[in-house]
Amino acid sequence: MTKSTTKTVTKAAPKESTNAASEFGQIVSKFFDDYQKSTPVKLKAIDAYLGYTFFTGVIQFVYCCLVGTFPFNAFLSGFISCVTSFVLGVSLRLQLNPENKDQFQWSDERAFGDFLFAHFVLHLVVMNFIG
Amino acid sequence: MSNPATQIVDLKSQASVKAIKTLLTIIILTSICILGFSSRLFAVIRFESIIHEFDPWFNFRATKRLTEHGFYEFLNWFDERAWYPLGRIVGGTVYPGLMLTAGLMHSLSNFLGFSVLIKDVCVFTAPLFSGLTALSTYLLTKELWSEGAGLFSAAFISIAPGYISRSVAGSYDNEGIAIFALQFTYFLWIKAMKSGSIMWATFCALSYFYMVSAWGGYVYIINIIPLHIFVLILIGRFNLRHYTAYTTFYTIGQLCAMNIPFVGFQPIRTSEHMASFGVFGFVQVIAFFGYLKHNLGQQKMKRLFWIFSLLVFALGLAAIIFLTASGIVAPWSGRFYSLWDTGYARIHIPIISSVSEHQPTTWTSFFFDLHVLVAVFPAGLWLCVQQYDDARVFLIIYGVFSAYFAGVMVRLMLTLTPIVCILAAIVFSELFNRYVSSSPPPAESEEDESSPNPTEEELAVANQLRSIVCILLVMILFMFGTHCTWVTSNAYSSPSVVLSTQNRDGSRNILDDFREAYYWLRTNTPDDARVMSWWDYGYQIAGMADRSTLVDNNTWNNTHIAMVGKAMASNEDKAYEIMQELNVDYVLVIFGGVIGYSGDDINKFLWMVRIAEGEHPDEIKESNYFTPQGEYKVDSTAPKTFTESLMYKTSFYRFGEVDHGDINGPHGFDRTRNTEIGVKDIKVRGFYLLISHTISKLKHIEEAFTTENWLVRIYKVKPRKNSDGLIFQNIKSKKFKR
Repeated sequence: MTKSTTKTVTKAAPKESTNAASEFGQIVSKFFDDYQKSTPVKLKAIDAYLGYTFFTGVIQFVYCCLVGTFPFNAFLSGFISCVTSFVLGVSLRLQLNPENKDQFQWSDERAFGDFLFAHFVLHLVVMNFIG
Repeated sequence: MSNPATQIVDLKSQASVKAIKTLLTIIILTSICILGFSSRLFAVIRFESIIHEFDPWFNFRATKRLTEHGFYEFLNWFDERAWYPLGRIVGGTVYPGLMLTAGLMHSLSNFLGFSVLIKDVCVFTAPLFSGLTALSTYLLTKELWSEGAGLFSAAFISIAPGYISRSVAGSYDNEGIAIFALQFTYFLWIKAMKSGSIMWATFCALSYFYMVSAWGGYVYIINIIPLHIFVLILIGRFNLRHYTAYTTFYTIGQLCAMNIPFVGFQPIRTSEHMASFGVFGFVQVIAFFGYLKHNLGQQKMKRLFWIFSLLVFALGLAAIIFLTASGIVAPWSGRFYSLWDTGYARIHIPIISSVSEHQPTTWTSFFFDLHVLVAVFPAGLWLCVQQYDDARVFLIIYGVFSAYFAGVMVRLMLTLTPIVCILAAIVFSELFNRYVSSSPPPAESEEDESSPNPTEEELAVANQLRSIVCILLVMILFMFGTHCTWVTSNAYSSPSVVLSTQNRDGSRNILDDFREAYYWLRTNTPDDARVMSWWDYGYQIAGMADRSTLVDNNTWNNTHIAMVGKAMASNEDKAYEIMQELNVDYVLVIFGGVIGYSGDDINKFLWMVRIAEGEHPDEIKESNYFTPQGEYKVDSTAPKTFTESLMYKTSFYRFGEVDHGDINGPHGFDRTRNTEIGVKDIKVRGFYLLISHTISKLKHIEEAFTTENWLVRIYKVKPRKNSDGLIFQNIKSKKFKR
């Protein structure tokens, strides 16, 4: 009796795991399909920009790890500039997303204006900190 | 019922009510600002417009350097007249906000044609900024509760003694502008958090930058705001507006903060900033998972998301702990760690525990500084909990943590005062709302059985009760106002540089000994003379006497201070060795025995011994300075190590002759310690007076100056004798006599 139950359990287990893996793969592909179809072009452009800043930041970080941190404030200002641009891009995307209209009480132009203002301040500070 | 005519009248009356409200608000806020300014002027009116205390003298000196030599000279200043022979890198060890603010006001007013002295600008900076603090507190409370509460909070903070103590006219210190920056940053944060606007968050970051430049207490902001976000995440109220506000504030704010030379790379290297960094990462994870959850559907992977986010949180925490343990991230600095472990400083860093402001707070200080507000503020906390929303969670966190920290250290009463003012204002506003309006409060559902329409009698009784309560509240507020003014006048308006006592007929007697001594130093010593004194007086000596000092109030080098302490605690020969090593020309001690001044160096002597013992435990032992019974006394029971120490000798030199005007009374009666001193005849070698207990001599130093009331005593260090031992004698050779 126990043998048969264990047998069924062991038999069922790999099936479930393959099920979970394939389910995960299905979810991921479904996610990408949905993304392609339902996201407006504006948001996709911002997502591309986010990807770009993210990779710039990664490259800077890897470079710093390889070469050393000598002008540390230069590295920090460049890296934090990437991080902040990423974060500001995400915030802009949140505000432009029509699904979040109930959370933000202003127009897209105002959101973009805020974004530009923050970038202006950011680059002033970065220029000062680069040394 | 409402025809167009009444509608128009309603609109008009609404508009006029609004206009009257605005006018009233402006009038009230203006009078609050004027009140706050004038309440801080007691010292200026009684004495003169002078910089008070100790720390402000250094700030004043730095500001003078800024106005005389320009911004870059100030930022790159290396002060070789402090901490001789080490010098001090002022640009990198000072928070420049205060000096820049005063310098800016000075140049602006000179540009507009008002030629104001920099000294006056410095003296009046703090009262000016108290008005701005009241305004920002009004704005903050208005955002969080209502306009009425805002007005109350502005009124409270303009006169609350807890804030006045550090912002009185003449107290030219960082806290004077820092509290304004603190309240304004919090106001902008609440605004940013509620609206989710990048613009407000950027303004908040810029205000935070100003705060970082102004005061070391910015660590408080950079921990409370992430804590607020973290609590919002925990209670499940975190939304995209919070994400926008916090991430923008954190990134731009920290980058701005690193531009201040004193802060440097601390925001990514020290434990004090790790909380904000951790919350930043955690917030990104939460937002990303929220996005995925939103797009993939709630049911499928909800549990997995929670597990994953917990896992990420645990990993982040472990990473931070690992970095701290391995030393890459610096642990909490002693000043902040001693807030958590209160016994730490006394054992490991006696300098921190010796500062009188760092002692634990007694309950009397709470009442003294806050009066009725401290009794009322828990009710405000409760109201916030009862009617909470995202922004009021911030008030709750702020209140609880401020209350804890204020209990640990007297100095932090200052950070408690704003939040207590806000919460007490909320309570008073709610009370007045309830008891002033003549319409009955809405009936609750359980009371449906009682008659819904109150009778005439009940209404009359209710009105009577209401007016009684209102009158009581107004009386309490009157008492609060009186208390605040009394406290300001008696306790917090003393310049510390000038002392005043009252004669028997009530007239004021001014003791100007400190300035007398510093002026003597300024005019009677060479410019490069070096003065050794205890670190308390370093800034004043540098500011008023303009001479090089060995140690001052910055206390950054404990070893150097310990050396000075060792010199003061050792006998004259050993002390002379140390003084020769350090090229000391003059020794300055404060002695209060003639007038009964209790803040003199003999009373501080045990701290000197303790600090010296920390660095030289073999040579200095605290127990050697106590009597055999274990008491600290200066009379005949005092042990030899004490009576032969440099401090004892310099304090009581020639004091045995002093008889306080009463010929038959005891000679050498120390009025501070209320005892006759033990060694009455400390004389220069060669002079002996009355035979007394023991006779000791001053070998290597000689008295240069003692002020009118013996408060400050300056001694000149004699140059080393010639090595061949010849004493210079004025021999006139008979051969050459004409």
